[in-house]
Amino acid sequence: MVGRKILFVTTDQQRYDTLGANGGLIARTPTFDRLAAEGYRYERCQPASVVCMPSRASMLTGQFPSTHGAWMNGVPLAVDAPSIAAHLHDAGYATALIGKAHFEPFLDPFGRFSENALAALGIPTVESPWFDGRRGVHRGFDHLEFATHGVLGPLHYARWMRERHPEALSGFYNVVDHDLNVNAEGGGDTNAPQVAINPVPREWYHTEWVADRTIAWLDSRPEVGDWFCWMSFPDPHHPWDPPASERSRVAWREVPLPENYPRRAAERERVIDQKARHWRAWYDGRVVSNYEAPAKWVPATLTADQVREVNALNAVEVELIDEALGRVLRAIEARGWGEDVDVVFTTDHGEFQGDYGLLFKGPYHVDALLRLPLVWRPARSTLPTASVISAPVSLVSLAATFAQIAGAPAPNWTEGSPLPVNDDDASRRGFARTVTEWDSALFGVDVHVRTLLSGEYLYTEYQPGTMHDGSEGELYVLADDPLQRINRYTDPSLSAVRVALHDELRAHELRDVRRAVPGRLVAPV
Amino acid sequence: MASLRYEIRISASADAVWDIVKDPVSLPNWFPGIVAAVVEGSIRTVTLNTGVTMPEELLTIDSLQRRIAYRITAPAYHSHLGTIDVIDLGERDSLCVYSTTAEPDVLALLVGGATAGALDSIKHLAEG
Repeated sequence: MVGRKILFVTTDQQRYDTLGANGGLIARTPTFDRLAAEGYRYERCQPASVVCMPSRASMLTGQFPSTHGAWMNGVPLAVDAPSIAAHLHDAGYATALIGKAHFEPFLDPFGRFSENALAALGIPTVESPWFDGRRGVHRGFDHLEFATHGVLGPLHYARWMRERHPEALSGFYNVVDHDLNVNAEGGGDTNAPQVAINPVPREWYHTEWVADRTIAWLDSRPEVGDWFCWMSFPDPHHPWDPPASERSRVAWREVPLPENYPRRAAERERVIDQKARHWRAWYDGRVVSNYEAPAKWVPATLTADQVREVNALNAVEVELIDEALGRVLRAIEARGWGEDVDVVFTTDHGEFQGDYGLLFKGPYHVDALLRLPLVWRPARSTLPTASVISAPVSLVSLAATFAQIAGAPAPNWTEGSPLPVNDDDASRRGFARTVTEWDSALFGVDVHVRTLLSGEYLYTEYQPGTMHDGSEGELYVLADDPLQRINRYTDPSLSAVRVALHDELRAHELRDVRRAVPGRLVAPV
Repeated sequence: MASLRYEIRISASADAVWDIVKDPVSLPNWFPGIVAAVVEGSIRTVTLNTGVTMPEELLTIDSLQRRIAYRITAPAYHSHLGTIDVIDLGERDSLCVYSTTAEPDVLALLVGGATAGALDSIKHLAEG
């Protein structure tokens, strides 16, 4: 077999438990659930970073942020960084990315970055330097069409909306305020931050646009020939402003509060106070360490009804994605490719959605942000045996997995091995731990976090910075404390465990790998 | 108010670096994303790649100190001060420092981030 076609589906900021096959009870996700039943469903997939740009760069490169150099949002991935798309392009694949890329900053008034420039010019790709010294299509993609969370900026979806449907622009939530900070303005029925009632017709919403443009690109493909298509939905990332016509799918007043939402403020604060000090500082509105949450929003003000409404709207957005994915899969079937396409579904990072009384994300390495949905449904022609994998896996394995699917040589620059197909395979190939990194330095606040997930423990170290002195950490025993509420970092009975986990993190830091020069922070996001 | 500073070491004399940056209409040669610059008196108007025009006030072009100071006067900025300093470190050795202080903070980062790219261009031009 020369290779198989690959549909790589990503969402943005989606929790593991928002999908039916993963135990989610709010959104109906029959498409995802069917893929999970037919293929490999991973119960412990972890990102290399819990924010968009570094995590997405890790998917593309198969490397950790400390290797590829895009270490925080606002730091562009080097244009000549390794790319699985380029690798597949070399293997004869047609390559496309449709939707949210975000390897380069969005906020770009000077128009310096290729993603923004090629969107502004309306061209499918540009020639760029490649990691091996050659020049080729941008990051290995023949075709790029971009969208993000709204209708501002130069990207394709925003331009399409401005040209075709200008009357609908004002219904979208303004993701940034007048000072270009993440907007704290409330809306909806509960005045929750980043919520709006958006009258845009469903067919004009970005979820539908991403599916429409993916189908259009697939329709342009010849019957014969392999392709790799990264279909990247901007939702269910905030703002939570799905088409108003769809809001009735989920009645927010009937949405149960999350299991990890302590009902009483005193209980929330007791749980948060067990964690490293920046948790409480953010909760009280004293510090926002980065651009990932509204600077003027105080998490302590979050109400139970706001959590319900956000989670209802999140579920609406998840359902729309599931239906859009179903539409794309039907288009693939109609082309006669139904037996030959591998589908991989995941996201870049999670979202608090009320856990601990918080929303959004940041340097907080707990399951809300770390535990991701991941399903790989191999081409049906390969007669896959469905399985559920409980071993820890990382998004850095995706690049090697795509190369393996394509029958291409294993790239020598990836840090991940191809995903295991069952727990025996995982055990045999040493899938026992994953690492997530966080580094940020913005407006005088720097935070540096390293987290290791093993089968039993979730272990975090805070390196010295303006918020931490290097002595703080978090250690959760997952079997006893699946909600990560009891920090046992200083528990003497776990001191040997802590030493062993520290040594594993240290080994990660010292791993023998060729690292890119860390990129410069040049934009907030 | 946020303040950012980027600097770059250049293997060229301070005079050679200063010759590149001192002309206020030379920005399109070395500031990525600026495609035109027009000066009338102390007012410079730059045009960005995105088509946006941005008015600036030139405050200082001091060849003795090799220092430029200017401020962006576009309404989005509550305040802004940009400075470029070229510091002599030796016969073919200099340091170019580009500082941005602005409010809102995010705009400081957006402009400051672009100045980092400008320093790369200045180094490239100076070192040939």
